[in-house]
Amino acid sequence: MPMVMIRQGESGAMTLYIAKKDLEDVVTAIEFDQPDKWGGTITIGDGTSYYIDPLPCPPKLPISLRARRG
Amino acid sequence: MSTMTTEQTEALIQEVLEVYPEKAKKDRAKHLAANDPTVEQSNKCITSNKKSLPGVMTIRGCAYAGSKGVVWGPIKDMIHISHGPVGCGQYSRAGRRNYYVGTTGVNTFGTMNFTSDFQEKDIVFGGDKKLDKLIGEIDTLFPLNKGISVQSECPIGLIGDDIEAVSKKKSKEIEKPVIPVRCEGFRGVSQSLGHHIANDAIRDHVLPALDNDNSFQTTPYDVSIIGDYNIGGDAWASRTILEEMGLRVVSQWSGDGTLAEMELTPKVKLNLLHCYRSMNYISRHMEEKYGIPWVEYNFFGPTKVAESLRKIASYFDDSIKEGAERVIAKYEAEMAPVIAKYRPRLEGKRVMLYVGGLRPRHTIGAYEDLGMEVVGAGYEFGHNDDYDRTMKEMGNATLLYDDVTGYEFEEFVKSVKPDLIGSGIKEKYIFQKMGIPFRQMHSWDYSGPYHGYDGFAIFARDMDMTLNNPCWGKIIAPWKATESEEMKEAA
Repeated sequence: MPMVMIRQGESGAMTLYIAKKDLEDVVTAIEFDQPDKWGGTITIGDGTSYYIDPLPCPPKLPISLRARRG
Repeated sequence: MSTMTTEQTEALIQEVLEVYPEKAKKDRAKHLAANDPTVEQSNKCITSNKKSLPGVMTIRGCAYAGSKGVVWGPIKDMIHISHGPVGCGQYSRAGRRNYYVGTTGVNTFGTMNFTSDFQEKDIVFGGDKKLDKLIGEIDTLFPLNKGISVQSECPIGLIGDDIEAVSKKKSKEIEKPVIPVRCEGFRGVSQSLGHHIANDAIRDHVLPALDNDNSFQTTPYDVSIIGDYNIGGDAWASRTILEEMGLRVVSQWSGDGTLAEMELTPKVKLNLLHCYRSMNYISRHMEEKYGIPWVEYNFFGPTKVAESLRKIASYFDDSIKEGAERVIAKYEAEMAPVIAKYRPRLEGKRVMLYVGGLRPRHTIGAYEDLGMEVVGAGYEFGHNDDYDRTMKEMGNATLLYDDVTGYEFEEFVKSVKPDLIGSGIKEKYIFQKMGIPFRQMHSWDYSGPYHGYDGFAIFARDMDMTLNNPCWGKIIAPWKATESEEMKEAA
């Protein structure tokens, strides 16, 4: 269960950062991105995916969350 | 020598790896690569931040070096205790040339060494009592200190001392922050983890200090310089140009920095991040907790300085943007004669770099401003995100080497034949004896500053001084030179 930080990258795209792995990559897909549900399986640029428990609303970025390997 | 193709570079890597045993060869091959600037993800072609191979010569440091030596050490009004045996503190004392203003031993303590000097009995019975006594003594002898940090050396973790409890107790007693840092040298694969641990300690013990205090008068132009260690005065050279364009620099992390400045950092509008590797953690934290955006900048060489100033100004209103243009115009005029003087003397020279932190990629622009080319670069303790950034800056098919070993570096130099090498003190004399001009790029070879416009003029002079030194023509002993000439005559 690594801590991941999701933030708005310089280009405006969402990026996911895993401190433990020093990996920062763009988010290519996010399962739920609706006003009432946000999170789920997040896929990043290198193809790996992480699962974040869905939040009731889109959070204010950046935000640190617990993630599971998706 | 013309530039190498990707095939040639790869062939060279293979040739160098030939002497290793099978297993070592396989491991080292992952850390060496020919650059391909089109690749977005560096982990596809280079592996980094992995344990060094036992038996090869690495030049990495330890977590203690990353925390005490890099991040905490330069904070001048705090006393940093090297907690453990005496050597770690003494042999790293004042070596990094983090300049500061103040009276050493009275209100600043940058070049001093404070250690708990562990003896056998402290290892056997634990050193907590000694630490307790030591903190009391320090506060009596140096009452103007603003706080104390306890930098753990290896034995502290091994014997399981509870420095957190002692720190908490003493902090109450002396009414100053006493900050335990768990940066035992054996943690992690290099000093990089020490940076992270130090950042986490700052996050937990320093930044929350003024969370409920809004008495600090802010302006819309407050910034902080993060990750500038003021080596040879670097942070001062950066600070002057930022202030000239209208910004107010609230804090410097951590070169010539104070505890009060660090506590005020959460009040600024923008964090300017120079050394990404050692301080990105805290910048990310401040972005999340305090909503302060951070921007990476590069103050090496006029091209990159101008680029960075515009990038920084884009976060502010028009007065700052005008200020940036004014500063750029003023200094470009000053830089033109510098470039006119040194560029013809340095044009076309080839450089290989092997340093840490940000320099392998940040100095490329400065060399290019002088018409020089970086043909090989590597990090001691870089991570993937460093290589992501580096690969875009470097030319096609140039050499990339991560945590290069002494043997590999020597072999690369022998076949690439660069005109200048920039690396650390441990490499300096090997290459100078091989007859190759060398600059010690960790502490600017006892020169500096190299940041900003003022720094570039010094940088250009130093490179010229090193490269065009007449001594390089005298590498062959005179009797040997005449012998070969005589032989020619005889033949």
